Amino acid sequence: METKYFHHALRVVENQCIGCTHCMKVCPTGAIRVIDGLARIDDNRCVDCGMCLRSCPLKAIIVEQDDFSRIFKYKHRVALIPAVLIGQFPEEAPTPLITSILYELGFNKVVEVETGVSLLKQAMEEYMSQKTHPHPLISSFCPAIVRLIQVRFPALVEHIMLLKPPLDITALAIRQELYKSGALDDEIGIFYVTPCAAKIAAIKSPVGDKESPVTGVINMDTMYNKIYRVIKAGKEDHCVVPENQPLEKMAIRWTLTHGEANNFEGRCLAIDEIHNVINFLEKIENEDITNIDFLELRACDQSCAGGVLVQGNRFLVRERLKNRARNEARKNNTGMAPLIADNQEYLMKHIGLEELQARPLIHLTGEPADALRKMDLARRALKCLPHLDCGACGTPSCEFLANDIAMGKASIKQCFYISRLLEKQGVLDPDEAFTTLCHIWGKDKIREERWNTHFQYLNELLDKENNPDK
Amino acid sequence: MELKFHIMGGDFSNAGSASSEIKRVLKQINVPSDIIKSIVVALYEAEVNIVAHAYEGDMVVDVQPDRLIAVLSDKGPGIPDIELAMQEGYSTASPKVREMGFGAGMGLPNIQKNTDILNISSTPGEGTKVSFTVFFKPKS
Repeated sequence: METKYFHHALRVVENQCIGCTHCMKVCPTGAIRVIDGLARIDDNRCVDCGMCLRSCPLKAIIVEQDDFSRIFKYKHRVALIPAVLIGQFPEEAPTPLITSILYELGFNKVVEVETGVSLLKQAMEEYMSQKTHPHPLISSFCPAIVRLIQVRFPALVEHIMLLKPPLDITALAIRQELYKSGALDDEIGIFYVTPCAAKIAAIKSPVGDKESPVTGVINMDTMYNKIYRVIKAGKEDHCVVPENQPLEKMAIRWTLTHGEANNFEGRCLAIDEIHNVINFLEKIENEDITNIDFLELRACDQSCAGGVLVQGNRFLVRERLKNRARNEARKNNTGMAPLIADNQEYLMKHIGLEELQARPLIHLTGEPADALRKMDLARRALKCLPHLDCGACGTPSCEFLANDIAMGKASIKQCFYISRLLEKQGVLDPDEAFTTLCHIWGKDKIREERWNTHFQYLNELLDKENNPDK
Repeated sequence: MELKFHIMGGDFSNAGSASSEIKRVLKQINVPSDIIKSIVVALYEAEVNIVAHAYEGDMVVDVQPDRLIAVLSDKGPGIPDIELAMQEGYSTASPKVREMGFGAGMGLPNIQKNTDILNISSTPGEGTKVSFTVFFKPKS
C-alpha cells in the first residue's frame, strides 16, 4: 500500500463524469486514469492544481468547500479575502462596498489576505541575505507548486523558502488580535475565500506546519455569486463598516505574476502556468540554467487572477488590481497595517515553516533489479504501441499505458489498435476484447440495449458510405 | 538495460536531451535524487563536450540494478594532455568565448567530482573516449 500524503479538495462527481479523458490528458502529473467509465484521481500524484477542473466539459470535477452556514457557529466570524476577489467586480464596486456586503452576509470582521505581505517581504529579504540556502530560492507562495516540487522534483525541495505564505501570516495576526480582546479558540472562525483548490488542500493538510490558523474555506465562485446578487439588487444604503488601512501597492499586486519577483534584488524570475513551470524546473534540475537568485512560480496562468474558482476574466482581474495598486500608490500610503505591526514580534517568531519532505512519485515499485526489469518491459511495450496518445485506453499516453502494463495495473488489450491487430491475427477473442472495452468505458455506457437504438442509423451510414451513388 | 544516443557536434540546441532522457529513466526506477543529480551533471558535461569540441559521438548508457556505466566516444580533435585538461580552470576556449560565460575549464573536473570511476583516453586527431561509473548507493 502506498501511504496517502495529502488531503485533496478536487472531487469527481460520479453521476456527471462520462470518462471523456479531457482531464486525464491535461493533468501535469499523470494522476488520472479512466476506469469503468469514470475519471479516477491518484491521491499521491495529484497536486491540486485544478487543470482537470478547468478542462472538464461537463463540470464533473468540483472543489469541495465548507458549508457557508458553518460561519454562524462562531462568535467571531472573520472573512479573509484575497485581492483577486474584489478584482473580479467592476470598478464601480469599490472595496468598501464589498466589505459592507460581507458584513451583511454575516461576517463581523473582514481582512484582506495581503495585509501580511509587508512583513513577509521583510522576512524574505532577510532569508535571501543568508548565504546558506541553495540557489535559486523558490517561493513557497503557491501550494500547488510546493506539492509539485515534492512529488516531481524531490531534489529541489530544499530550494523552497521555509516561510509561511501571506494567508497564514494574516490569519495568525487575526487570531492573536482576537485573543488579546479575550476571544477563546472555539469562538474564532476565520474563513478564507479561496481562488483555487490548492489553497484548500494546503489548509486541510498543511505542508511544513502542524495546523493551519484558518478555520474553513469558502469557494470564491460561491462568494462571487452571493456578493453579485446583493450588488444587482441595487440596495442604496449599506451598513457602515470600520475602515481597514488600505493595502500597499506592492501588497495589492503580490498575487499577480511578478508580484513577488519585482520586489527583490538579484536575478528574480516569475513563471506562471504549471506546464511552463515544469519545463523550467526540468532545466533547473539538470543545472542547465544556473545563477538565478529567486523564482516566483505559480500554477495558474496570470497567477491567482487565473485561479480555477475566479469567475472574472483573468486579464481584466489583473488590470483592475493594477489600477487599484496605482490609485493606492498615489495616496502615498506605506507602512505596515496596525494588525501586523502590533503583532510583529509574535509573527516573526512563527513565520518559518518546518522542513519540507520530498514525496517522490513511485513509478516502478520494487527492488532496483525488479524495477529495472519492469522498466525494460515498459520500454518494449511502448515500442509496440502506436504513439498516438489518444487516451482511449484510459491512460494519458502510450507511455503511461506501457508503464501501467509493467506495473501490472493495465493490459496491452486496452490499446484499441493493438486489440484490433490481435483480433485480426486471431489471437484475441472479440468477446474478450469487448470485455476490456467495458472495463475502460463502463458497462452502462456501452451496454447493448443502449446501442441498439443507434444501430439502425449506424447501418444507414455504413450503407451510404458503401454505396455512394444510391 | 542499455540506452544509446547519437550526438552531433555543434548541435547546441539539442545538447542535454540525452542526459534528460537518462534522468527520466533513473527517476522511474527510484534512484535517490542526489545520485540522479550527480549522474545528470556528469552526463550533461560529457555530452556538451562532444557538442562543443567533436564532429560527432555516441553515448551508451548501461543501467544496472546498482550502478550506471556511461561510455561516450567521439570523433574529434582529441585531448593532447589529459592531465592538464583535468585541472580546474584549464580551458582551450578563447578569451572571447570565456567572456560569454563558456569554457570555464570546469567540464572534466566536474565529471570527476560527480562520478565514482572515471576513465579518459584520447588519440589526438582521432577522438576521445570518456567512460564513467556511478554507484546508486553512497560508499559507506
